[in-house]
Amino acid sequence: MITRINHVSIFVLNQDSAHDFYVNKLGFKVHTDVTMGPGQRWLTVCPPEQPGLEITLMAIDEGMMFKKDSAELMRGLVSKGTFGFAVFECNDLLATYEELKAKGVEFTKPPTKEFYAFEALFKDDSGNWFSLGEKSKN
Amino acid sequence: MNEDLYPKIYFYRRLVQAKLFMDAHFDEPINLDAIADEAYFSKFHFIRIFKKIYQQTPHQYLTRVRLEKAKMLLQSSVQITEACYACGFESISSFTTLFKKTTGFTPSAYRQQQLDLKADRQLKPLKYIPACFAEKRGWTENSNF
Repeated sequence: MITRINHVSIFVLNQDSAHDFYVNKLGFKVHTDVTMGPGQRWLTVCPPEQPGLEITLMAIDEGMMFKKDSAELMRGLVSKGTFGFAVFECNDLLATYEELKAKGVEFTKPPTKEFYAFEALFKDDSGNWFSLGEKSKN
Repeated sequence: MNEDLYPKIYFYRRLVQAKLFMDAHFDEPINLDAIADEAYFSKFHFIRIFKKIYQQTPHQYLTRVRLEKAKMLLQSSVQITEACYACGFESISSFTTLFKKTTGFTPSAYRQQQLDLKADRQLKPLKYIPACFAEKRGWTENSNF
């Protein structure tokens, strides 16, 4: 029986820039940041209240994981905003929205009461989009 | 955005500015009266709404920010005294007591633990990378970097 998830990956265009976005703007914490060779870096971050969930900020580079054409295709798709990778949660959506906007995070949808949730959508520095919802107060 | 949310946004914007002020000036003596004034709230009202939205008082939040910054500094091998004063704490003894109460470690024990962990990650990175990802990337030896 699967009991929990401990690693997920987000493909990013630039790991330095992604580090700045996820740590300094979203407030995530670095879990592991090691160099595995020239231009090879393993970088994971965790949401502040989920230290057991590592989000791998995976570079899209030509190499063993991606052939040259696959890497180019993937970078194009990411930068066009093709992928929505996760639904994040906060305690108060309006407060979090105002704080992230003040830090320069780009929202593609402001906080909106939908029939299924109170949510907003934002993009990371690569173009990946995420839903941000409010923790149920019931 | 739904129209009924517009009035709320201005209220939230003022509150968030006060929080961001604490984030930026955690290393200085911060007067909560002044922050409340700048955000156009009475001190009592500011504390009440801050607690409602962030589940902690402004003072508790500021202390938490200072401790988190101190933890980050200690991870980068800064001395205890330097971390204490760089984060806005006024005495080593109160800093040490608060740090231990919050983390379960004295600042020096925490610092040593973090430095050991950092060294282990640098020396044996494959311990911290799921094997499937490491193999996909061709990272098969700890010493291949």
